[in-house]
Amino acid sequence: MNVPADRKYTKEHEWVLLDDGVATVGISDYAQDALGDVVFVDLPSEGAALAKGAEAAAIESTKAAAGIYAVVTGKITEVNPALVDKPELVNSDCYGEGWIYKITVDNAAELDELMDAGAYEQFLAGLNE
Amino acid sequence: MPFIPHTDEQVAEMLAAIGVADIDELFADIPPELRCDGLRLPAGLSEQQTLAHMAHLAGQNATDLTLFVGGGFYDHYTPAAVEAIVSRSEFYTAYTPYQPEISQGTLQAIYEYQSAMCRLTDMEVANASMYDGGTALYEAVMMALRVTGRNRVIVDEGVSPIYRTMLRSYTTNLGIDLAETPTAGGLADRGRIAAELNDGTAAVVATNPNFFGCLDDLTDLADAAHARGALLIVSAYPISLGLVKTPGAMGADIVTGEGQSLGLPLSFGGPYLGFMTARAEHVRKMPGRICGRTVDANGREGFVLTLQAREQHIRREKATSNICTNQSLCALTSLVYLSLLGKGGLVALAQLCADKAHYAHERLTAIRGVSRRFGGRWFFNEFVLELPTPARVVINRLLEKRIAAGFPLARYYEDMDNCLLLAVTEKRTKEDIDRLAAALEVSL
Repeated sequence: MNVPADRKYTKEHEWVLLDDGVATVGISDYAQDALGDVVFVDLPSEGAALAKGAEAAAIESTKAAAGIYAVVTGKITEVNPALVDKPELVNSDCYGEGWIYKITVDNAAELDELMDAGAYEQFLAGLNE
Repeated sequence: MPFIPHTDEQVAEMLAAIGVADIDELFADIPPELRCDGLRLPAGLSEQQTLAHMAHLAGQNATDLTLFVGGGFYDHYTPAAVEAIVSRSEFYTAYTPYQPEISQGTLQAIYEYQSAMCRLTDMEVANASMYDGGTALYEAVMMALRVTGRNRVIVDEGVSPIYRTMLRSYTTNLGIDLAETPTAGGLADRGRIAAELNDGTAAVVATNPNFFGCLDDLTDLADAAHARGALLIVSAYPISLGLVKTPGAMGADIVTGEGQSLGLPLSFGGPYLGFMTARAEHVRKMPGRICGRTVDANGREGFVLTLQAREQHIRREKATSNICTNQSLCALTSLVYLSLLGKGGLVALAQLCADKAHYAHERLTAIRGVSRRFGGRWFFNEFVLELPTPARVVINRLLEKRIAAGFPLARYYEDMDNCLLLAVTEKRTKEDIDRLAAALEVSL
């Protein structure tokens, strides 16, 4: 499983890339693989204010529907328009063009609760036991 | 497959295997205030006693009446060819088409049914059908709540009182704000609805023709709802759509209705057919099965159940509904019926119903003391008569002459003791109508 070291991760398999107070969020290689072919992404509305852990989006594959959560408390600034016509980007490029939403970071302390790549890899190893 | 009940020993073994003390524990997720405190059932009957009881009940049914009763369910003629086609074993015994590779016939039939309902109502998408017009209307309300994220629904009292009772029953414990508005002059009261409409309204629910048989153009209601970000839900009578402006043309967002009049017998209440069509933008929030047309890996056209991530076997508690079936055989029946009628046939049928109903209206209002309630409103094949005598008294008198004269509106509406709701279909002959007029005249 690909786990890039340049970003943080959550227990719900979201990755988080911070840039100038705004976090870009997508799902990990492990998650896209488990979901199977993604056919639809129910994106959040731009401007929506979410508390950490609230459901932000939903991903539908041919066999499952999974919630994507707000990784921090903040406001959605942007959602990925490419996913409307090409939801399969979540499978083919989950760390790049398959990004899902961007959110402001209202409480920097919440970032400390995220896992780094090493911790996430250990977390995944634990799941497979 | 035979019925194989569990023995007490088997139940105990299974509970032990999953670490549960007793069966009640498995229902722990249901809040105590929603549980019933036991079922009060009478003692069981033997097979002989049961058969005698059922025969006694069946004996109280009258199957020889000349029917002028409507109220949402109509005595239309079903050509013999419908049953002949539908009772073919390939259709009659087919099960749920979850495996598309062995169910292409069933799936194609469902897809064509969906297409037919879209054309009938002038809408863009349809589901594979629901139980009946009433539950379909409830599902439309829930869909509107999902689409808008709001909690308030306005229901015109011209909508069938039977359906409104169902709406209240189904939504009782869901914390939904259901506001019913009285009619004015036999139609939906625009003023009252406007007063109730606000930015928390998910939908306005209306029907055309309404329960009184009155025809209305709901376009302005659609506009009023849309101006506030709400949806218009319309419950429709399929046969009327051969003649009357469609809900789609009026701007409805979701259309539901009872498909019984499309080739299904009245059968004392069922099985019936709920149809639902909607605007394409809302398809992901639709409940029920949806059949789609696609191509396989070799480029050949085929049919599959699609958008299944809406349904509970995938979405679980976030599913659009807990319905996991459809009325396949009834939907097929309606498709066969519509195919045999054809577009021209449906128009001719609707015209026939309207003509006969207007003839009946002419004959009956010529009787001294009988007038039309809501006179001045257009009607399709159903209308309300104001009699000099309570309607249920007149109905009982006419029953003795083997005529079911209509529906007593006082059962559901206040100040309508003398009002009789009367429907006429293509099955009623001129002689039937003349006989009704003669009998009514001496029964007042």
